[in-house]
Amino acid sequence: MSIETNETFRPKIVAFCCNWCSYAGADLAGSSRLVYPADVKIIRVPCSCRVNPMFILRAFEKGADGVILCGCHPGDCHYSTGNYYARRRMTLLFSMLDFIGVENGRTRVEWVSAAEGVKFSQTMNEFVEKIYSLGKNVRLEDLRCRKN
Amino acid sequence: MYKIAKSNLPALFRTIAEAKELYLPIQTAGQVNFGPWSEDADVDIETLKSVKSPKDVFFPQSENLYTCKKEGKSISIEPETLKEQEFVVFGMKACDIRGVEVLDKVFLADPVDTFYAARREHGTIVAMACHEPEESCFCKVFGVDCADPEKAAADVAVWSMGDELFWKAITEKGEALTKQVESLMENADAESDKLETEKENIRAIVEKLPYTHLSLEGWGGDVLDEKFNSPKWEELYKPCLACGTCTFVCPTCQCYDIKDYDTGHGIKRYRCWDSCMYSDFTMMAHGNNRTSQMQRFRQRFMHKLVYFPANNDGMFSCVGCGRCVDKCPSSLNIVKVIKSMGGEK
Amino acid sequence: MQEELVKRAKELLADGTVARVLGWKAGDLPYNPEPAYFENEEQLEDFVYNGFCGANLSKYMIEASKLEGKTLVFLKPCDTYSFNQLIKEHRVDREKAFIIGVGCKGKLSVENIKKQGIKGIESISGAEMTDDAETLTIQTIYGEKTCTYASAMLGRCHVCKGKEHQVYDELIGESKDTKDADRFDEVRKIEAMSPEERFAFFKKELSKCIRCNACRNVCPACSCRKCVFDSTKFDSAQKANVDSFEEKMFHIIRAFHVAGRCTDCGECSRVCPQGIPLHLFNRKFIKDIDEFYGEYQAGADTDSRAPLTNFTFDDVEPGIVGERG
Repeated sequence: MSIETNETFRPKIVAFCCNWCSYAGADLAGSSRLVYPADVKIIRVPCSCRVNPMFILRAFEKGADGVILCGCHPGDCHYSTGNYYARRRMTLLFSMLDFIGVENGRTRVEWVSAAEGVKFSQTMNEFVEKIYSLGKNVRLEDLRCRKN
Repeated sequence: MYKIAKSNLPALFRTIAEAKELYLPIQTAGQVNFGPWSEDADVDIETLKSVKSPKDVFFPQSENLYTCKKEGKSISIEPETLKEQEFVVFGMKACDIRGVEVLDKVFLADPVDTFYAARREHGTIVAMACHEPEESCFCKVFGVDCADPEKAAADVAVWSMGDELFWKAITEKGEALTKQVESLMENADAESDKLETEKENIRAIVEKLPYTHLSLEGWGGDVLDEKFNSPKWEELYKPCLACGTCTFVCPTCQCYDIKDYDTGHGIKRYRCWDSCMYSDFTMMAHGNNRTSQMQRFRQRFMHKLVYFPANNDGMFSCVGCGRCVDKCPSSLNIVKVIKSMGGEK
Repeated sequence: MQEELVKRAKELLADGTVARVLGWKAGDLPYNPEPAYFENEEQLEDFVYNGFCGANLSKYMIEASKLEGKTLVFLKPCDTYSFNQLIKEHRVDREKAFIIGVGCKGKLSVENIKKQGIKGIESISGAEMTDDAETLTIQTIYGEKTCTYASAMLGRCHVCKGKEHQVYDELIGESKDTKDADRFDEVRKIEAMSPEERFAFFKKELSKCIRCNACRNVCPACSCRKCVFDSTKFDSAQKANVDSFEEKMFHIIRAFHVAGRCTDCGECSRVCPQGIPLHLFNRKFIKDIDEFYGEYQAGADTDSRAPLTNFTFDDVEPGIVGERG
């Protein structure tokens, strides 16, 4: 793995994965023994469009350094159209976060199917690396949640 | 009595801030509010009213009460420390200080609110006369004299006159502060005439203000039933949007809520200002005892003009600062309420 | 114009077309009329319509729609967009409203007058709808002052959406085009800053927020019966002003919730006691929607699908935010 180990900073990554594709993709990555960093905490959601913008902000509030949303490829949504709505919402939300000055690499959307274990682990590796380079999330953290 | 040139004020603030914390009106993004002094803060003592009253120097909008931390199976509880650092609030107006007196009645009465009491004990108030009162002011109605903050519960009174600031210590705390900054000021005992003229000028302006002669007749602690049951409320509340602007800019609103905040590794129990305009105000397990906006609206004004005087020897808990007059999004305010039901039998 | 409005209101009350009138009642200062209901001729004596009647009455129509009988409501051109949007969302009943579209020559903000150092206001002339005065003459206890009408106008009137009423039963009065700037200019200015500057800008602005919820409560698009920020199951209260996160969260979510539904009526910025330019959040969403999904004006019609309840197969990917630089 190409990630440099940084003693002082281990990022916390929240990955929202849709039940039908990406979560199964993560499963496949696991059963194929593909490696991705343990800093990624997966939260399973029924569909990518279940993810309310508030979920993303909440994750940052409680200490996440990066949030990634994974869903079925457009056209493959289990509920036909859920991910199309999610796509619009996330585009606007990410644009707003960028607007208020939050580094735009901290959020990402990736479409991962149940068969794409390799893509899942690659995406996570890339994303974690990106967050390493961005460092700790300070622009969207809630100071009350600091450990000390 | 002393005086200091306004050009010398930064030095004065710096000197005060060396020994004590200093809070004063600061302009941020176009609005003036009280905040901690720093070298690059944009101090603005000319604007008459800060948007928020300075009450949050003594009673902050949100403050932590204690913190619970969970480590493994053990839980530790750390109470928040009380204010120990001496501080100075510079530039409070006479009405704001009356506001603090109202808060004293609430928080210093038994059971004493220790957080508030500690702040009161360590705070030194430098009151400033209102050089040019504005049309929304009606402090005189409540017996506040904005020309002479000496009469208010302040430690030092200052008057802003032209390029100079006149300084007069009132209490022991005020004397102590004066000693600290004495070297920056010059003696002005000979100029008391000038001060008297300024006071008279201010009072003459106050006489001309549209709300100055507002009558409080018909209001007070002994009119509970008739005011509570007045059909006027049903009419008055209509434009109210149920926002909390009036309560949050008010120098006397003292209601607060206590909540727990989940930090992910423990709890922070904090209190924050609450507003009787909000639907969850005083909500209990059984629900809410005020179910309509009319009742919430009535609560606010009944509290200021009837319940509070009933419990505090006739002292109204409105000080006439006029902030709600300036800020209500629907142009509703306590003056409209007083007028529409005043003298009503 | 005021006399005409009162005359027509009296007629409609008298012939039973409407049960009540929703308009503005004269205040006790020259600049503070309040939204009010009038039920008879006598009450209409207090009716006022002048430059300070900025309040958008569409929001009050949500409640008025639940009352018995029709309500006569006076809407300015920009207010009618909000009303249309509310029709689309089934929050108001068109049948319960008799809409008189009133002329508007730009609404005034007393804050903008005071910002010019004018205080102790006793009377203001030039704010009436009858004359076309370019200046306001203000009597104060500190002497007579003047300022231009345009300099006292609400920010939203400088980017006026136009003189056309989108929905009405009758029209009374002439409107004036007050637009002298592009509504996205401010947004563009901020977009051009570096992320650090943007962060500092919003931090400074939002640090003033006192969580009074006026922006939410005045917003015609914020019509939920119970707001998510009022939920007791929420560990961050809607009223705590603790650190910058809470305020950011509130304002992003507030604007997001009305994205695609916000007509850009500007009420949020008008009512903010701390003068936070809240419309910037809404306009940023509008600008993005226009750019990504095609021009869309909420409230211009009552049947189109809103951008966030719609999609196309080839919408841009969220990654565009990073790519466009």
